[in-house]
Amino acid sequence: MLKIENLHASIEDKSILKGLSLEVKAGEVHAIMGPNGAGKSTLANIIAGKEEYEVTAGNIELDGEDIGELAPEERAHNGIFLSFQYPVEIPGVSVTNFIKTAINETRKAKGLEDMPAKDMLKMIREKSELLEIDRKFLSRSLNEGFSGGEKKRNEIFQMAMLAPKLAILDETDSGLDIDALRIVANGVNKLKSKDNAVIVITHYQRLLDYIVPDFVHVLHDGKIVKSGDASLALELEAKGYDWIKQELV
Amino acid sequence: MSKYTEEQLEQELKTQEYKYGFYTDIESETFAKGLNEEVVIAISKKKNEPQWMTDWRLEAFRVWKKMEEPEWANVQYEKPKFQDIAYYSAPKEKPKLNSLDEVDPELLDTFKRLGISLDEQKKLANVAVDIVMDSVSVATTFKKTLGEKGIIFMPISEAIQEHPELVRKYLGTVVPTTDNFYAALNSAVFSDGSFCYIPKGVRCPMELSTYFRINEGGTGQFERTLVVADKGSYVSYLEGCTAPSRDENQLHAAVVELIAMDDAEIKYSTVQNWYPGNKEGKGGVYNFVTKRGLCENNAKISWTQVETGSAVTWKYPSCILKGNNSVGEFYSIAVTNNYQQADTGTKMIHLGKNTKSTIISKGISAGSSQNSYRGLVQIGARAENARNFSQCDSLLMGNLCGAHTFPYIEVKNKTAQVEHEATTSKIGEEQLFYCNQRGIDTEKAIALIVNGFSKEVLNKLPMEFAVEAQKLLEISLEGSVG
Ligand SMILES: Nc1ncnc2c1ncn2[C@@H]1O[C@H](COP(=O)(O)OP(=O)(O)OP(=O)(O)O)[C@@H](O)[C@H]1O
Ligand SMILES: [Mg+2]
Repeated sequence: MLKIENLHASIEDKSILKGLSLEVKAGEVHAIMGPNGAGKSTLANIIAGKEEYEVTAGNIELDGEDIGELAPEERAHNGIFLSFQYPVEIPGVSVTNFIKTAINETRKAKGLEDMPAKDMLKMIREKSELLEIDRKFLSRSLNEGFSGGEKKRNEIFQMAMLAPKLAILDETDSGLDIDALRIVANGVNKLKSKDNAVIVITHYQRLLDYIVPDFVHVLHDGKIVKSGDASLALELEAKGYDWIKQELV
Repeated sequence: MSKYTEEQLEQELKTQEYKYGFYTDIESETFAKGLNEEVVIAISKKKNEPQWMTDWRLEAFRVWKKMEEPEWANVQYEKPKFQDIAYYSAPKEKPKLNSLDEVDPELLDTFKRLGISLDEQKKLANVAVDIVMDSVSVATTFKKTLGEKGIIFMPISEAIQEHPELVRKYLGTVVPTTDNFYAALNSAVFSDGSFCYIPKGVRCPMELSTYFRINEGGTGQFERTLVVADKGSYVSYLEGCTAPSRDENQLHAAVVELIAMDDAEIKYSTVQNWYPGNKEGKGGVYNFVTKRGLCENNAKISWTQVETGSAVTWKYPSCILKGNNSVGEFYSIAVTNNYQQADTGTKMIHLGKNTKSTIISKGISAGSSQNSYRGLVQIGARAENARNFSQCDSLLMGNLCGAHTFPYIEVKNKTAQVEHEATTSKIGEEQLFYCNQRGIDTEKAIALIVNGFSKEVLNKLPMEFAVEAQKLLEISLEGSVG
């Protein structure tokens, strides 16, 4: 589904990704771990099409098509979803209005009519129940005054509403309390199918206890320096990153 | 698609053209340019006015001649050449109309293009409309329905004929002829506008609405609106404005007076979309307007305005809270783009006890425009327990525009509580990327963010108007794509 080859990227002449390759197939869950500043969020942003970054080499394919030239909204229309590490506030725009606009703009891009209000309402009900979100919450301004955990839960609510092909969760676990972590992880698991894929970026094993990855990758200094199965995460949790860094020299 | 920079964002904002920029080819009768006592008398004669009215105008004219054009506002423009303006222009052969069928088809077409098809409004919106084209009121619908309740809603020129006692009693009592340069000018030369009287205890069953349109070139428009809500009555009044695109600047200097007697309430909403000038800042309407309302005991006046047009706006809808427990509100959205300049705000004058005022101002600036909020909150010595809350928010797009806030607070009574909050924000790349990532393109994202920013004010507009206002916000900011 997603194929990244030899990706090099920089911002303001600072090189961040230095030859990163990654392949994600439908039905798979990949975890990306790695020290602060390694380039994890950068990778997520570049896949989503953030234009501040300059891709200097390599390419990104989604379902066999190069998406390097696509605008972020076009990538979204093609099924890429990013749960942000730091979701932004949009004052005066309710969660409901925002998600409604997102869904209908995506439908419009596909030549479909707006989703009938009735269907929208039904889906909102269903997904907010899945993530145990209070209805009142949906009328609040997007992310304005939300607690760290509420922001993350709301990201996954949007994911549930948009049903993406490829979801990238950038540190969705940070800020979630123990119960919320379970609820959100369960939500993600319920949304999983053999046709979609998830990339989870995280620092901690505890999320991976719930969302069990098929592959774990270590991103260090702009490259994937080690890949393995779920046990790699446990090893990292126990030993930290130093041993990997040492292997590299 | 290439990188969407701030610069491109600005570029895109600049490409928005004015959609009402057509000229209606209706034969009209226009006075020669220039202003002197003869012209004032001629206007009065043309309208068949009683002597008291002519005298009133002449007195205003004499006052005006001695006045200087105000320069304190944060706007820069070439001053109008007052001798180069025609002070009267009316569609020719003004017929007395009883139904819409009798309206000039071309005029009706104009209204359609303005998006205010009269017959549709009549059916759907339940809005009584009075339309002032250039200076003359063309059609007042719904007269009969209103008449049954004793409500008077008609062109002010007709009211001077049919209800001289009412007009004479109230005209100029809230905005005296001597008030300011433009108000004095308006008093001397106004040719039409609307008059509205709601009798005691009557709740006006529909929104009353006036549409103003400047059509002829080289003319000024000076309409005069007077709304009187008698004791315990209620009325919601809407005002919309448009003008065709022209290279020269057109002058619009209106006066609106509101009187809310004991326990009465007036809601006055404006969607102002005068021609703002082109992308280079050429042309556009100078909008120098005086709007003021007087509240008696327990009365309430709410001004709600959405200002997207005009090259230069100078406008401060105000409330004199004379009566005890009276309430004044001002909700405003002012959008400036390209080279537009707006200096707008309000004055809340607290005289009575327990008076309350609320000011919510939302300024949105894009392009090279300048957007200023100027507000005065004055608490008089006898205004025990007066309260004011003011909130001024500015939203900036790009780096070339400016937002300014000039709050003036004068408190002469220690029991007063005055609160002022102000914020300035910018539509950021991060917000846009967040929206883009959810499948919302940049144009739609800007509309969404601006609507969110303006929400508290949009919510105050009557439904039919809110939709129109939202669309207007979008077209004045989005940029025409494709
Ligand atoms: N807009 C930017 N301007 C300058 N430097 C940037 C920018 N964005 C990212 N960087 C730098 O790129 C490097 C990688 O950042 P990134 O956010 O991708 O790290 P990360 O792996 O997600 O870290 P964390 O685990 O702390 O979230 C960091 O050194 C960061 O400072
Ligand atoms: Mg990160």
